[in-house]
Amino acid sequence: MNQIIEFSKLVHFTFGDSVLEIIYLLASILFIIGLKRLSHPDTAKRGNLWAATGMLIAIVATLLLHRQNEHRIGNFGFIFTAIAIGTITGWIIARKVKMTKMPEMVSLFNGMGGAAAALISLMEFPHINKELIMQHGLLNWQALVIFLGLIIGSVSFAGSIIAFGKLDGRIKDIRSRLLRLVNIILLVVIIGITLFIMTRGQINPVELTPFVYILLAISLVYGVLFVMPIGGADMPVVISLLNSFTGVAAAMGGFLYNNLVMLTGGILVGSAGTILTILMCKAMNRSLFNVIIGAFGGNETSVESEIGTIKEVSITDAAILLSYSRKVMVVPGYGLAVAQAQHLAHELDIVLEEKGLEVKYAIHPVAGRMPGHMNVLLAEADVPYEKLIESEQANDEMENVDVVVVIGANDVVNPAALDDPGSPIYGMPIINTLKAKNVIVMKRGMGKGYAAIENNLFFHEKTRMLFGNAKETLQKLVSEIKNM
Amino acid sequence: MEAILQFIYVNAEAIFIVILSIFLGIEVISHVPAVLHTPLMSGANAIHGVVIIGAIIVLGHAETTLNIILGFLAVLLGTLNVVGGFVVTDRMLEMFKKRPKK
Repeated sequence: MNQIIEFSKLVHFTFGDSVLEIIYLLASILFIIGLKRLSHPDTAKRGNLWAATGMLIAIVATLLLHRQNEHRIGNFGFIFTAIAIGTITGWIIARKVKMTKMPEMVSLFNGMGGAAAALISLMEFPHINKELIMQHGLLNWQALVIFLGLIIGSVSFAGSIIAFGKLDGRIKDIRSRLLRLVNIILLVVIIGITLFIMTRGQINPVELTPFVYILLAISLVYGVLFVMPIGGADMPVVISLLNSFTGVAAAMGGFLYNNLVMLTGGILVGSAGTILTILMCKAMNRSLFNVIIGAFGGNETSVESEIGTIKEVSITDAAILLSYSRKVMVVPGYGLAVAQAQHLAHELDIVLEEKGLEVKYAIHPVAGRMPGHMNVLLAEADVPYEKLIESEQANDEMENVDVVVVIGANDVVNPAALDDPGSPIYGMPIINTLKAKNVIVMKRGMGKGYAAIENNLFFHEKTRMLFGNAKETLQKLVSEIKNM
Repeated sequence: MEAILQFIYVNAEAIFIVILSIFLGIEVISHVPAVLHTPLMSGANAIHGVVIIGAIIVLGHAETTLNIILGFLAVLLGTLNVVGGFVVTDRMLEMFKKRPKK
C-alpha cells in the first residue's frame, strides 16, 4: 500500500486526467454494450444509440481534458470547423441516400476512417520519441505502430473507395494473373520500404519523410489493386474485411497515444469485423482466401449438363397461376434491389393475401448486395418481419408451396449447387425452389448471375420465365391479378 | 526483434486489453442472425470512427501549417466516419422497428 502511495506521488496527474480515463472507460463499456445490443433485432436501434453516446462523451472529454506533455488541446477553431463540416455533410449524405445505396455508404464512411488513421500516422512520424530513437534508432515500437497505422489505414481507404465504385457500378472487375503477381510484389515492396526506414539508425525522422510519402503512395496503390480483381458479388465480404482493417488502424493510434478508448474501440471492431467476414464467407460457402484472390467461376468450365428449352409465360397466365394457388413463396434477389421493386413485391403480396393466399418471402443470407440487405429493403416496403423466413425454413416449407416467384435472383436458386460437383458454387446452401409445384422466374434477360454460370433452374420443366424489368413486370402482374 | 520485445514490455497492459478485446469482439458477434449482418457491420464501422480522438489530439497540438491542414482533414474525415456511420446504421435499423398492427 505504501508503495502505491509513493508511486502516486511520483506520477504527475491531475483530477482531469483521472476523469478523462474514467470517461474513456465508460465510453469503451458503451461501445461493448452497443455492439452486443446491435446483434439482436429488438435492441439493435438502442444499441446503436448507446455506442453513439459513448463516442460523443469520448470526443467531448478529449476536447476538454486531454493533455500531452502538459499541453492542453489547442487549435479549437480548426477542430470545431472540421467537426461542424463533417457532421453536417455526413448527416446530409447519410439521410438523403436511398436505402438500396446503404452498402455503398458503409464502404465510403469506412474509407474516411482509414484515411484519418493514415493521416495521423503521417503527422506523428516526425514526432517519434527522441529518447527511443537515441536508444534503438528507428527500430522502435512507436515507429512500428505508426507504420502499421499508415499502411493499414491507407489500404483500407483506397480499397473502400474502389469497393464503393464497384457497388455503384462505376468500376468494373479486372481479373488477371498478372495483377495477382503485381499485388504480391507490391506487398513485398511495402514491407521492404518499412524495414528500410526502420533500420536507418539514430536519425532525425524528418530526413526520412520522402520515404514515408513513398510508402503511403504504394500502400494506396496496393489498396486499389487489392480490391480490383474481386468480383462485385463479393464486395460485402471485402467491405467487412476493410472495416476490420480500419478498426486495427484506429487501434494503432491507441497504442501510439496510450489511449485506451481508441484501443478498445479499434480492436473490438477489428475482431468483430473479422468474425463477421468469416460468417459472411460461410453463408456463401466460400473461403476468405478464394474471395481475396478473386477466383470465382467465369474461366473454369463446369460440367455442361443438358440444357433444355426455356418456357416463357405471359403476364395473364402468371396472374391466373398465382390467383389459383394457396401458398406462394417470393424469392427476392439482387435484381429486385436494382429495380427498386421492393414496394411492388409487397403490393403483389397484398393483392394475393386479399384473395386468401398465404405469401412468404424466402431470404437467402446473401441475397442482394449484403447479408441482411434484402430484409432491410423489404422492411422499408412495410413487409411484416414475420413473413420473411430464412432459407432453411423456406426449404422445409417448400413442398407445400404452389408457386415460387423468383424476382431477380439467380445464383441463390441455382440447383447446380446441390447436384453438380463441377460447378464453382457446388455446396453453397441455396433455396431449393424445385421442391415447389411451380416456379415463375422474373428476370431481365438470359444473363448469368455474378458467379457467371448457367442456371439449370431456368430450363427446368417446372419453370416458367417472365422476362422484363422487375418493376414493370410486377406492376402489370399486380393490376392483372386485381382485375381477376 | 528488440523493437518487438520493447513494444511488449512498454505496452503490456495495452496488449492485455487487445487480447481480451479480441475475445470479447468474437463473443459479442457470434450467433448473430444473418438479417443483422449489414446493420452490425455498419455499426462497427461507426465505432472505429473512434480514430477521431487521435485526429483531435494531432490537430490540437499541430503547429506547422502543413500539420494543421493534414490534422484538419483527419478530424473532418473522422467526423464523417462517426456521424455518417451512426446515422446510416440508425436508418437501417429503423426498418426493423415493430410496426403497430393495422
